[in-house]
Amino acid sequence: MVIDIQHIRKVYHVGEVDVTALDDVSLSVERGDFVAIMGASGSGKSTLLNILGCLDRPSSGSYRLDDIEVSGMSPDQLANVRSRKLGFIFQNFNLLSRTSALENVELPLLYGKPTGHAARHRKALAMLERVELASRVHHFPGQLSGGQQQRVAIARALVNEPAVILADEPTGNLDSRSSSEIMKLFQEVNAQGLTIIMVTHETDVAGFARRTLQMRDGRFI
Amino acid sequence: MNIGPTIKVAFRALRRNRVRSALTSLGIIIGTAAVIAVLSVGQGAAVMIQSQIGSMGSNLLLIFPGSMNNGGVRSGSGGQQSLTVADGETIARECPNIVALSPLIRTGNQVVYGNNNWSTSIQGVTPAFSRVRNWNASSGDYFTEADVRTGARVCLVGATIVTQLFLDENPVGQSIRIRNIPFRVIGVLEPKGTAAWGQDQDDTIVMPWTTVRRVLQHSPFSNVNNLMVSVASADDIATATRTISAILRQSHRLQEGSDDDFTITDMAEIAKTITSVSSLMTLLLSVIASISLLVGGIGIMNIMLVSVTERTREIGIRMAVGARQHDIMLQFLVEALALSLLGGLIGAGLGALAANVVSRVNHWPVLVSVQSIGLALFFSSVIGVFFGFYPAWRAARLNPIDCLRHE
Repeated sequence: MVIDIQHIRKVYHVGEVDVTALDDVSLSVERGDFVAIMGASGSGKSTLLNILGCLDRPSSGSYRLDDIEVSGMSPDQLANVRSRKLGFIFQNFNLLSRTSALENVELPLLYGKPTGHAARHRKALAMLERVELASRVHHFPGQLSGGQQQRVAIARALVNEPAVILADEPTGNLDSRSSSEIMKLFQEVNAQGLTIIMVTHETDVAGFARRTLQMRDGRFI
Repeated sequence: MNIGPTIKVAFRALRRNRVRSALTSLGIIIGTAAVIAVLSVGQGAAVMIQSQIGSMGSNLLLIFPGSMNNGGVRSGSGGQQSLTVADGETIARECPNIVALSPLIRTGNQVVYGNNNWSTSIQGVTPAFSRVRNWNASSGDYFTEADVRTGARVCLVGATIVTQLFLDENPVGQSIRIRNIPFRVIGVLEPKGTAAWGQDQDDTIVMPWTTVRRVLQHSPFSNVNNLMVSVASADDIATATRTISAILRQSHRLQEGSDDDFTITDMAEIAKTITSVSSLMTLLLSVIASISLLVGGIGIMNIMLVSVTERTREIGIRMAVGARQHDIMLQFLVEALALSLLGGLIGAGLGALAANVVSRVNHWPVLVSVQSIGLALFFSSVIGVFFGFYPAWRAARLNPIDCLRHE
C-alpha cells in the first residue's frame, strides 16, 4: 500500500463558521494504480489532493505514505517527503517563468539529494527527452504551447523518481488533442509502475485511469 | 540546496529589476562612501597631527618659569625669571631618564646680509638642541660646547633665511650682521615646514645662548625662556616629570606647600589631546554617516518585502518540489546580501575616490586604509543580513498551499 488514509477530516475556519471540506475520508491506493477522483467544484477533491501531496495538513485522521505516518510531520519533514516521494502536476502548469525548460526540470534536483551540476543537467535532459521535448530545452515557458508546458511539468514531476504523481486537473487548460497526448503519457509512465492520482471533472479524461472515484460534499460516494 | 545555484538565482532576480536594485543599493552606496571618506580624511588628519608633533622633537618636555605675584598683580606664565641655565645643568646631572636638554633664550632682530635684510626670531641654545628638537644641520655644522663657553659669534640659519636673505646662495662661511655685529654662518638647518599652529619653523636663526645674552643683549643673567628636555621613552615621561619637579623645588628652596615657580608641559600629552579631539570628530562624523547606511538597510528590507510578495507563487512552486524553509530563507538572504555587498563595494570605491579628491584639493593627507574598507564592507554585509532576515523569514514561513493559490 503506497497510500493509506484513514478517517481524514479537514475543517476550514471562515470567520465564525467552520466549513468541513473533508468529512471522514478513507482511501487506499496500491503501488502502480492510476486513480481518477471526480466531483463537482467544492466537493473536496482538490483539498484531498493537497493533503495527499503534503502541501496541506489534515485537521484529524491518519495518513501513511509508503508506510510512514506523515500527518504529524513538521514543515521541513513534509518538504523532504515532497522532495523524495511526490511529484506534482498542476492545472496552470506552475512553471517558473523566465527560466528555461531545462532549469525548471532541474529545480527539484536542487532540493533533493546533493548532486553535482553535471549530473543534474544529464538527468533533466534525459527527462525532457522522455517527454519528447529534447528540441525545446532552452525555451522559456512563454515560448511553449500549453501541451508542451504541461509536458515540462511532467518531466519536472518525474525527475526525482517519486513514488506517486499527483495531478490536479492536468488537462484543464489544454485543448482536446493536447489533453489526450498528456493522458497517453500518463498511461505510459503508469505502465512502467508509477502510481498516479489525478483530480478531474472531465469524464473522458477520467476514462484513461484504471479506476474512478466520485466525491460529493467531502465524502466518497 | 547548493549555494552556487542560489547565488545564480539571486543575481538573476536582481538583474530582472535593474533600476529597482540600483536604487535600493544607492542607500548603501551613499552610506558606505560617506563612512569611507570620513574615516580616510580623519585618519589622514591624525597622521598629519602626529607628524607635526613629532617634528617638535620626540618625548619632549618643556619647562617654563612660573608666574610672578608682584603686590597682588600676577604676571602670566613665564613672568618670573626664576629658571636658569644652571637649573638645566642640575636636571641634566640628576635626572636619569633624560637623553638631552637644552635651554632656550628667545629674541628677535633685524638681520642684514649684503643689501638684504630680514626680521626673524633668534634662539639661543646649546648643541644638545639638535638632539632635543630632532633638528640637524643639512649643510655645515652645529656650534660646539666651546663656542657656548666663549660666546662665539657663530650661528645656524633656517631654510627660510636662506631663501629670503641669501637668495638661495650657499650661506655657510658667509657673514651676517645683527645690530651691526658680524656673525659667521656655520650651518644651515634642515627644513621643518609649517608647525601645526601655522608658524614657519624655518624662519629662525640658532646660536649659542651665551652669545644671545652677552653679545646681543649685554646681559649678565642666565635666566631662560624655557628648558627643553628630551626623555628616553614615552613611558618615562611621568617619572621624569616628577623627578624634575622635585629637583627644581629643592634647588629653588621652595617651602612645603608653596606653589611651584615653574610649569612642566608634556608635548606628548598635547599631541594626545589634539589626536583625541580629531578622533572624536571622526567618530562623530562616522556615526552620522552610519545612519545613512542604516537608512539604506531599511530600503533593502522594504524592497525584499515587496520581492517576497511578488514572488509568492515562485516560493510555492519551490516548496512544492521540495524546498525546505531554510532553502527559501537562504534564497532571499543571499539576495539581500548581494544588494548590500554590491552597494558596499561601489560605495567603498566612491568613498576612496572622494577622499582622494579632498586630499588633492586641500593638500590634506588622506589615508584610505584597508581596515576602513574592510570595516565598511563588513558593516554593509551585516546590514544586508540584518535587514534581509525579516523578509526572508516571512517567505520561509509561508504555507505552500497559500503560495500556490496566490495570484
